[in-house]
Amino acid sequence: MNLSCTYLGHTLPHPFIVGASPMVDDLAVVRRLEDSGAAAIVMRSLFEEQVLNDELASALAIDGPALSFAEAESYLPEPAVREADDYLQLLATVRDAVDVPLFGSLNGIHGGRWLKYAEQMVAAGANGIELNLYQLPTDSRQSGADIEEVQLEMVAELKRRIAKPVAVKLSPAYTALPHFARRLQESGADALVLFNRFYQADIDPEALDVVRRLELSDSSELLLRLRWLAVLSPQLQLPLAVTGGVHTPIDAVKSVMAGASAIQLVSTLLRHGPERIGRLRDELARWLTEHGYSSLQEMRGCMDLSRCPDPTAFERANYMELLRSWQ
Amino acid sequence: MSVENASTRPTLRSMVDGNEAAASIAHRLSEVIAIYPITPASPMGELCDVWSAEGRTNIWSTVPDVVEMQSEGGAAGAVHGAIQAGALATTFTASQGLLLMLPNMYKIAGELTPFVLHVTARTIATHALSIFGDHSDVMAARGTGFAMLASASVQEAQDLALVSHMATLESRVPFLHFFDGFRTSHEINVLEPLSNEDLLALIDRRWIEHHRRRALTPDRPQIRGTAQNPDTFFQAREASNPYYAACPEIVQGAMDRLAAHTGRRYNLFDYHGHPEADRVVVIMGSAGETCCETVDHLNAAGERVGVLQVRLLRPLSTEALSEALPRSARNVAVLDRTKEPGAPADPLFQDVLTALHAVGRAPGGAGPNLFNGRYGLASKEFDPACVKSIFDTLASPSPPPRFTVGIVDDVTHLSIAVDDSFDIEPAERVKAVFYGLGSDGTVSANKNSIKIIGEHTDRYAQGYFVYDSKKAGAMTVSHLRFGDQPIRSAYLVRSADFVACHQWDFLDRFDITERAAQGATLLLNAPFPNQEVWDRLPLELQQSILDKKLRLFTVDAGQLAQDCGLGGRLNTVMQTCFFALTKILPFERAVELVKGAIEKSYARRGPELVTRNHQAVDRARDSLVELQIPDRATAHRRRPPIVSEAAPDFVQRVTALLLAGKGDLMPVSAFPVDGSWPVGTARWEKRNIALEIPLWDEGLCVQCNQCALVCPHAAIRTKVYDADALAGAPESFQSTGYRAADLRGMSYTVQVAPEDCTGCSLCVEICPAKDRANPRFKAIRMEPQAPVRERERGKYEFFLGLPEVDRSRIARLDAKGSQLLQPLFEYSGACAGCGETPYLKLLTQLFGDRLLIANATGCSSIYGGNLPTTPYTVNGDGRGPAWSNSLFEDNAEFGLGFRLAVDSLRREAEALVTRLLPDQGHGEILGAAQIDEPSVEAQRRRVVELIGALRDLDHPDARRLEAIADYLVRKSVWLVGGDGWAYDIGYGGLDHVLALRRDVNILVLDTQVYSNTGGQQSKATPLGAAAKFAIHGKETPQKDLGMEAMSYGHVYVAQIAWGADMNQTVRALREAEAYRGPSLVIAYSTCVAHGYDLRFGGEHQKMLVDSGLWPLYRFDPERLGRGEPPLTLDCKPPRTRVETLLKQEARFRMIERLDPERFRTFTRRSQQMASRRRAIYEQLAGISVPATEPGHKGADA
Repeated sequence: MNLSCTYLGHTLPHPFIVGASPMVDDLAVVRRLEDSGAAAIVMRSLFEEQVLNDELASALAIDGPALSFAEAESYLPEPAVREADDYLQLLATVRDAVDVPLFGSLNGIHGGRWLKYAEQMVAAGANGIELNLYQLPTDSRQSGADIEEVQLEMVAELKRRIAKPVAVKLSPAYTALPHFARRLQESGADALVLFNRFYQADIDPEALDVVRRLELSDSSELLLRLRWLAVLSPQLQLPLAVTGGVHTPIDAVKSVMAGASAIQLVSTLLRHGPERIGRLRDELARWLTEHGYSSLQEMRGCMDLSRCPDPTAFERANYMELLRSWQ
Repeated sequence: MSVENASTRPTLRSMVDGNEAAASIAHRLSEVIAIYPITPASPMGELCDVWSAEGRTNIWSTVPDVVEMQSEGGAAGAVHGAIQAGALATTFTASQGLLLMLPNMYKIAGELTPFVLHVTARTIATHALSIFGDHSDVMAARGTGFAMLASASVQEAQDLALVSHMATLESRVPFLHFFDGFRTSHEINVLEPLSNEDLLALIDRRWIEHHRRRALTPDRPQIRGTAQNPDTFFQAREASNPYYAACPEIVQGAMDRLAAHTGRRYNLFDYHGHPEADRVVVIMGSAGETCCETVDHLNAAGERVGVLQVRLLRPLSTEALSEALPRSARNVAVLDRTKEPGAPADPLFQDVLTALHAVGRAPGGAGPNLFNGRYGLASKEFDPACVKSIFDTLASPSPPPRFTVGIVDDVTHLSIAVDDSFDIEPAERVKAVFYGLGSDGTVSANKNSIKIIGEHTDRYAQGYFVYDSKKAGAMTVSHLRFGDQPIRSAYLVRSADFVACHQWDFLDRFDITERAAQGATLLLNAPFPNQEVWDRLPLELQQSILDKKLRLFTVDAGQLAQDCGLGGRLNTVMQTCFFALTKILPFERAVELVKGAIEKSYARRGPELVTRNHQAVDRARDSLVELQIPDRATAHRRRPPIVSEAAPDFVQRVTALLLAGKGDLMPVSAFPVDGSWPVGTARWEKRNIALEIPLWDEGLCVQCNQCALVCPHAAIRTKVYDADALAGAPESFQSTGYRAADLRGMSYTVQVAPEDCTGCSLCVEICPAKDRANPRFKAIRMEPQAPVRERERGKYEFFLGLPEVDRSRIARLDAKGSQLLQPLFEYSGACAGCGETPYLKLLTQLFGDRLLIANATGCSSIYGGNLPTTPYTVNGDGRGPAWSNSLFEDNAEFGLGFRLAVDSLRREAEALVTRLLPDQGHGEILGAAQIDEPSVEAQRRRVVELIGALRDLDHPDARRLEAIADYLVRKSVWLVGGDGWAYDIGYGGLDHVLALRRDVNILVLDTQVYSNTGGQQSKATPLGAAAKFAIHGKETPQKDLGMEAMSYGHVYVAQIAWGADMNQTVRALREAEAYRGPSLVIAYSTCVAHGYDLRFGGEHQKMLVDSGLWPLYRFDPERLGRGEPPLTLDCKPPRTRVETLLKQEARFRMIERLDPERFRTFTRRSQQMASRRRAIYEQLAGISVPATEPGHKGADA
């Protein structure tokens, strides 16, 4: 069965790629992922805020108490000047360890110097960049349009800086996602990834504390993605990747039917191990054969907004109908 | 040093301190380096460790093996072994460390083995410890047989280090190369560095081969270290004489070769001054530099004076000395930087006298008159005014045979008068003084500025930095000089062209214009609009500005740094302003260089900091404003008094002057003769260093008292009292009903000491009481200090006056109950957020009125006993902890001595009771259990009754008993120290004391690292932590000290962490104290050396215990006696991943950033170790063993 697809400038043997996750921190795991047939690997995200925080916090921890007391000019050793950033080092190490396409992942909210990292990732061997537009607006004075402009400019700037393809990973929280997606395409984005999963803030009512959680996804989260894949894929030329909620071969089938070119896996690999990726690939092939498809390409988009028998089902009516049937 | 023009070498320059200059030679000429940290020599070992860790090689292309030992004695033993086995070895030390090396030094010299020991000369502790510089340590090594070579400057610290290495190889005599602690070791000055090629050219390989041939090896065996008898020892000892005789010439030869190679000439004795001088000073070390400068100045004014600098003190060449000393000299002062009480003269004088005798130039005959002066003990200032006064004295008709200079001795009248107005610094020189806070980056900026000038221009620069004695909110004073000529001034700047004060609060505490020259520029960092600045200055400062005609500039550096995202780091802003105002460099060039320096120093932290600091540079100059000064002082406000008028006489008379920085002016008579000082002086030093302090909301408070328990500075306190006591309370005083069964009906207050708080926020973080409607607010929260200072001060004064609770009424002496007791350890100089001090404070609350503390040298001895003010204090009865520090290595033995003494006195008292009052049934007083608060209180009452009864007895024994009756109240002896003491240097003694069955309690304040000397690894450092001497992460887990102590079976052992379980902490300390045998309590202590914000110290300890890395337990031998499992585990099985904890601390994160794979390996191993230790402890907590000694109650029960 021909499962091949095109994503971020690469022809992949099948659509299953490893989404941004800490799995890349362990080279043994990385090698198992490749052995199991991963079509590509996305590095874990480099978070702008975390890098800044780390930098400032460690400077405070090291420099804060230094040069204050006659007996101790400092309290921590000064490690040798780092030639390269640890992230870039990791990227280069992973690059050396595997042959599959490897994409850097950048999670930032500001342009400028921050985007230099993308250039450095490419220099360290990344075959492309996944730019994670992660922003939770909390300021009531900030408009959606303002935020979108900043994000579009980031994409444009990134494209100016690097020659490699750029995928943009989005959250579902846009007022007019199709419009914004089109503008991203115009700004030069080479692919879209649907969707980010955020840390959720939970409340501990006893301790009166906010607790941060990140649970692994399950198949129920796929529905949101299916809808937007189906809506966006017929309207855009760039390929779409789905992330968040693909756990079974059927989840994969649905995603491709809704228009996904690539399928990112994280939770299911964390739960079942890297070998899961090969099993999903084989089972997808079997499903296609059993259902008379000659290639994955033939199935792609068959259930998108332009081709599905009842497009209104992806629109508001879907909601109404559910309510009615519930009654 | 003189400079010859023989050399055509291009002049390279670098700006380094004396430690780096010497270490760079030592590292490149050694194969084995065994080290142990001690101030001020630690940086030499640290640098060598860093260089070796980076793979830097010696000149023979091998990387020196740097090994940290458990003590200086250990380091000396290791290098002794290394050189016997044929390696080239070195080590570094100072002061007590040198004393610990003496036995090995005698051996090394006796065996004629080439070796160089580099020493930063530092005061030996006598009536007090001092970290500062003098020659008492090196002079104590005169008898070892080591050659002794003195360097006087940073350049010499490098050059004579090389000469030492050259000469030791050729002469076989081991060398002690030394330079003055701090003054040279920490002074930054221009250095012409020696390259590897220089070293290769000057080290003669021939001698190394000879050394190798003498190595102990089974391939050519010899025996060394034999024992000799009366028939042989003496002659054999004399057999080495020819080597000592040849040594001076070999040293001179090495100096000559260095001169031929570099143009820098040194001699065994260097004379500088008038060729026909009538008066000469003989001196050794950095003060010689000051003498040279002064001599030039005086001779230019027509005098005929000179200075003879001693370089090779041992073996002393009498001929060379005599040759160097001009025949014209009539009166010669030999100056010693050491004191040998009872000696006919100090040692250098005796050497010179003997030498002149030997060559027929004895005083009274053909030789000059000799006078012996003492100067500079513990880095006492020695400046040109001192030098001039010496020459003036020598010119007087009858100079005193022995004198001191630099102090006022109004007791034995040895001191000579000094004219402080004498100043010789050339006009072309720019001198600058900066007053900063440790944490605001002032010193780091100034170090940068010096490097910029010294390395990027052809001007000369010098920097020296003075720190105060506190760790939290410490003031730093930077003394900088810039000029066109080399700077040899080994003394503080006295008359500065530029003075900057980086912290507004200093203006009320110090006279920051004291060192300002007439017409100087004064730069203030002022957190106020420009138009308000003048009016906010105290009257004295305004007047001084007018008197000295200072130009006044201000900048709001705090705001600017905040705006640039730099927090409290003002350095970049102030540094830019300095360059803008002094015009030492064209401003644009300065900005370029400052930015370059920022890139260099912050690159390793990350690019964001570089960007932010660059922004600060760009914005600084525009924020700088010159103030138009009125023609008269307009302030209505005077500088507040240093200490309150309520302070006792001694504090007014002595402490206040020390606090004001006027200690140098105080005469000998002002001081105690034996190092005994009154206690409880910290309470008079109001430092006001917190920008924010905690305020209490009685409505929200749940009265858990945790805030008070965790406070490192006893600056937030709780009290219960009768409501009647509130009469006369300030209107704003807060009080609420106390909610606990034992003291129901009483009132309760939580009160902050606003001027003593350091603002660490530990209390707020630990506070569990949140406002239900707005959980961001807790029962205590941080508020800006300045607006509430006055109000809270009044409340705190009233609070202190409230009666203390009746201790016997507290039903449960747990964490909460303990905090109702008066702390007798308060406002120490420990770091903000210190994790050690809560334990000490608790100790004083529980047992303070009968407590003796033997304190090992380290952080706890510094914040516990560093003048000018000390934190241990007394209760209303005048009782409180008796505290002393002996040494680093002997603390267990020292504390045991306390126990032996109090037991001996108690036994004597008991015997006297029995003898004097045989019929009066004093069985109770003799056999009292005294195991808890009520029983001790009962015994106190019995003693009071006893003393009452004695009054009527007319018998000498009654008087004897009266004097020692208090020993019938059980004394609580605690041996306190850090992990460096307990795990490393003092371990032998600690182990021995545990092995005895005496009633001593050991409290290990375990920061897992040598904290006081700056974070060197100890055997308590955990696996994978980056520490100095373990830059790539410690390879082995920490020693399980508790388990070792348990192996004795009779030792009470507990492991505690206040942040994880306060009740367990209190219980363990109380059980340890009650146990009538040795107890060991290992207390986890958070520390700045761990690398995270210490305000989260409480939460962090919870996480630590939850991770399994620090199990809480108590091992009670009494339980063994009862056949019960001896160990009680006081924590749940691990439930947090070790990795989660490690990622919170910079010391582990550092490894992750350097080498993620290595970090993961460490994490895995730590996780395994935690599980294994847990498993072992769980089994111990479940075992049953037969009672070995039924009913054993400890040795002295």
